[in-house]
This record gives sequence, C-alpha cells and structure tokens, in this order.
Amino acid sequence: MTAVATVLTGRALARRRMRRRLLARPLSVIGLIGTLVAIAVALFAPLISPYDPAATDFGSVLAAPFHGAHLLGTDQLGRDVLSRMFFGARTSLIAGVLATVLGTVVAVPIGLVAGYFRGWVDTVISRLVDVVLAFPFLIIAVGMAAILGPSLSNVVIALGVGQIPVVIRVVRGEVLAQRELEYVQAETVNGTPSGVILFRHILPNISNAIIVQASVAVPTAIVGAAVLSFLGIGVQPPTADWGNMLGDAQGYLAQAPWLGVFPGVAIFLTTLSFNLLGDGIRDALDPRSR
Amino acid sequence: MIGRVGVRISTSLLTLFLASIAVFLAVRALPGGPAVALSAESGDPGVIAAINRKYGFDQPVVVQFFRWLGLALRGDLGTSPNSGLPVGDVLLDRIPITLELSVLALLVAVVIGVPAGVLAARRPAGTGDFLASTVALAGLSIPHFWFGILLILGFSVGLHVLPAAGFVPILVNPLSNLEHLLMPAIVLGTGFAAIVMRQTRSAVIDALTSDYVRTARAKGLSEWVVVGSHALRNSLITVVTVLGLQLGALIAGVVTVEQVFDIPGLGKLTLDAVFERDYPTLQGVVLLTAAGYVIANLLVDLSYTLLNPRVRVLAGVPR
Repeated sequence: MTAVATVLTGRALARRRMRRRLLARPLSVIGLIGTLVAIAVALFAPLISPYDPAATDFGSVLAAPFHGAHLLGTDQLGRDVLSRMFFGARTSLIAGVLATVLGTVVAVPIGLVAGYFRGWVDTVISRLVDVVLAFPFLIIAVGMAAILGPSLSNVVIALGVGQIPVVIRVVRGEVLAQRELEYVQAETVNGTPSGVILFRHILPNISNAIIVQASVAVPTAIVGAAVLSFLGIGVQPPTADWGNMLGDAQGYLAQAPWLGVFPGVAIFLTTLSFNLLGDGIRDALDPRSR
Repeated sequence: MIGRVGVRISTSLLTLFLASIAVFLAVRALPGGPAVALSAESGDPGVIAAINRKYGFDQPVVVQFFRWLGLALRGDLGTSPNSGLPVGDVLLDRIPITLELSVLALLVAVVIGVPAGVLAARRPAGTGDFLASTVALAGLSIPHFWFGILLILGFSVGLHVLPAAGFVPILVNPLSNLEHLLMPAIVLGTGFAAIVMRQTRSAVIDALTSDYVRTARAKGLSEWVVVGSHALRNSLITVVTVLGLQLGALIAGVVTVEQVFDIPGLGKLTLDAVFERDYPTLQGVVLLTAAGYVIANLLVDLSYTLLNPRVRVLAGVPR
C-alpha cells in the first residue's frame, strides 16, 4: 500500500512540476490561451454568431468587410463570413481532435504488442507500417477520403488512419527501451500476466511520448482537414469549414480578396497555438529536448 | 557491411512490392469504377460491361494485379481509359514539371534556412535566434494552400507582377516558366526552410561548442572561417539527411500547391485521376511516388552509413 501511495505522490509531483515548467514559458502560455480561445469559439459558436452560417442573402452578395451589417463581409452567396468562421472552428477542432484520438486509440495497443512481444508479430506489424509509411500522410488521407466519400466523419477516419503508422512506430520504439528495464524484468519474474505488464506498467511510463506525439498530431490533422475540404474531398458545403471557405474564395479573389484571407488567418492562428502549446508540453515533459 | 546493405535493399524492394499491392487494392476500393465514370452520360450497363472488358476490369483482382505488375516491370503502365494515352508517357510528361518545382522549392529552403540557422546559432537565445525561431514556427504553421492564396492576392491581384496560375514549359519560354513557378516554389519551400533552419541551428550550436572549433579559434582563424568552413560544413550532413527524409512532406505539398497554382504536374495528375476514377493513371502515379519515397529513404540510410563510421559500427549490433 505504501509503495503505491509513494508512486502516486511522485506522479502528482511530476505533474505539478510539468505544469509549472509549461506556464513559465511565455510562448507556451500564448499557445495555451490561443488553444482555449479556439475551443471556446467552437463550443459557443451558436451563441456568438451574429447570423445563421448557412443563411444566404442574395441582396448583399460579396459585401465588403468592416462596414455595414456584416463585420467580416459576406461570400458569393451572401452568407456572413464571421458566423461561418465561428462554425468552421467546430469542424476544424472536431476533425483535429477526434482524428488524433482515433489514431492514438487504435495505434497504441498495436505498438505495445509489437514492441513487447517482438518476434513474427513485430516483423509483420513493422513491415506493414513501413508499407503505409511509403506513402506520404496526405496522400493516404486523400485516397481514404476519396474512397469513403466526402463528409466530416470520413475526414476524421481518413486523418485518423493516416496517423496510425507513425504512432505505432513511436510506441513500439518506446516499449523496446522499457522492456529491458529492471521493473519490467521484475514483473516478468513475478509471473505478472503480459497484459497487466503492458497496460498497467509500461503504458504509464511511455505516456509522455504518446502525449507529445498527440500534441503534434492535432495541428497536423487540423491542417489536413482544411486541405481535404479545400481540395473538395472533405467537408462539403453548406457546412462551414475553413478549408472549403478558402476553396470557394479562389474563384472570387479579384472581387472579394477578404474571402481568401480571414479563414486562413483562423487556420493559421489555431495551428500556431496548438504548435506552441505542443512545443511547451514537449519541453515541460522532457527538459533535455530543449 | 555489404550484407547489411543487401538486407536494406531487399527490405526496400519488399516494401515496394507490398506497397504496389496496397495501391492496387486501394484504387479498386474507390466507389464507382472508371467505366461508370466514363459512361456517365449513358449509364448503359452494356457500355459499362464493354469498357470493363476492354480494359480487363472484369477479371479477378489477382489476375488484374499480376498482369499489371508483369507489364509494369517491363515499363508498360497501361493506358488511361479516360485520355486514351499510355500512362507511362503521361508520367514522363509530368515528372519534369514537378521535379523543377521541387528543386526550386529546395533551393528556396536552403537559401533561406541555412543562413537563418547560422545566424540563430551564433548567439542562442539572442535577438537573431528569437526572430529566426519565431519566423520558422510561423513557416511551419502556415498551411501551403493559404500561403499560396495570400501570395496570389499580393503579387497577382494586387501588384500584377506575377501570373496567378498556369504553367509554361521551360523550353518554350524560360523567363515565363520561372515567373509561373516562383510563387509555388516559395510556398512549397517555406516549410522546408523552417526545418532546415532548425536543423542548421542545432547542428551549428553543437559544432560551435566542440573541441575542433575551439582549436580553430585558438589558432586565431577568423570567425568567418571558423563558422563557415568548420562548424557549418560538419553540420550540413545532418541537414541534408533531414531534408532527404522530408520527401514525403514535399510530395504532399506538391499536391496542394499544384492545385492552388494550376500546375500540370504529378500532384494535379493524382487528384484528377482520383476524381475521374482513372485506375491505371492513379496506380502509376502513386506507385511512382512510393518508389521515389522508398528509394530516397534507402539512399539517405546508405549515405548515412557511408558518411558516419559510428553508424556503421552500431549497425552491426542487433537492435
């Protein structure tokens, strides 16, 4: 009992130390604030949007921003750009976060098994991972999205599946290092079942690597989702999405340049915030990597 | 050493073989086939069956695969049912365009990234470092397609100095060719410039604290020679390796950038083939991509082994 209590205290202490290190860096704090703002906008989009994001108004098509009834202007169908951007935060964050959760949840057990049991299981898994990694992430996502058909849930699946090989590789590598350590050998000698060793002992010890990997994956998936929608194989209109807003904007750059600017600013600031936060988390979890 | 290289090469070949199966199956998983896409106007089942018979799409997938692989190994990638052109010829037309774009992008990356990295490394945590690191982070966070749109807005819509889209072959008009590829290359190169900058920075910082640089300084060599000729040269090996491993990102970037600027390269060919359900073209272009990627990784691995004796020794130790 006492042993368990000390371990918990140690972990809580480590967590507090990590939090303090994260908040000590201005850039990480900026990233954290930006991330929280993006989440808040996504959550409260219906409350803060001045208009219905899908409502068309052919009386004020391509209205210029900063004067008149529409703060950020309207698009080619007279839809309010600001409202569409607020709702676009929803699709972006859902795609980014859910794809990462999906990729992580599927890949971690596979990586654990490959790294722990080695042998033919590892060979088969690693070879398959190599094959999938022979294709760039976005090519896989484009192919998957084309096969599954355009919709938000399929974007999540495409981007999530695209992440799996990288996560497997990261987890496998971490497990390979952990399984040689004394605590694992001690459990093995004790006769602890492999499943318990893997999930109760090794998994918590490699959770830092998984968190760092996930913090990189979220912004990548957000941009990936925007790219898919931009290319026309992701989220479809009339659903508001930063990627398909920019795709539409390309046809009107000369008459309505703002349409090509605002959604991009949103993507840029959101991914930048996530990247800054991710860098901060990485440094806080592993001070050596600075 | 030779055995090690042999194993590495045969693993790459195996990966490529499995990748070709993956490509073949994935292409056939696309909803609707080329015949359905082609006969869109009529929708006549007889027409669809005839098209399927003509291109062999009615055969069992295993038969289709080995026939395709056999011909592909002899350099025949089949004929596109959509354009009626041999896939091999189409690829040969498109490769130089994408290659030129990629080379220009890498040039942009090195020209911006290496000096910025050296500048940042000269005084870590100084103003230059902060500036370079911030710009690099921005360069990594900005999505290709949006950066492209911004450049079009600035230089084409606003200033009217560069064409917004399209492509002119270099042999037809070299100057116009460069004008059309300048913005795409900058867009594609920015992300890599950021990566090159970060790698150069950390490699030069490492080198500057090493014994041989202290020796060089002690000899009274000028700062230019110490940084440029000693520290930087040693750092470039890492930078080149990292750049080689970024080929996947380069290929992915090519797809979006070619779409934004309407450049008829391999990326645009891939997307068009997806939309038109053009099986043979899609198989050809994706396999070409995978082959390029696998071969580049192999070369990076091998050059690493050859350049760095420590890796060679470690490679003998089982992982």
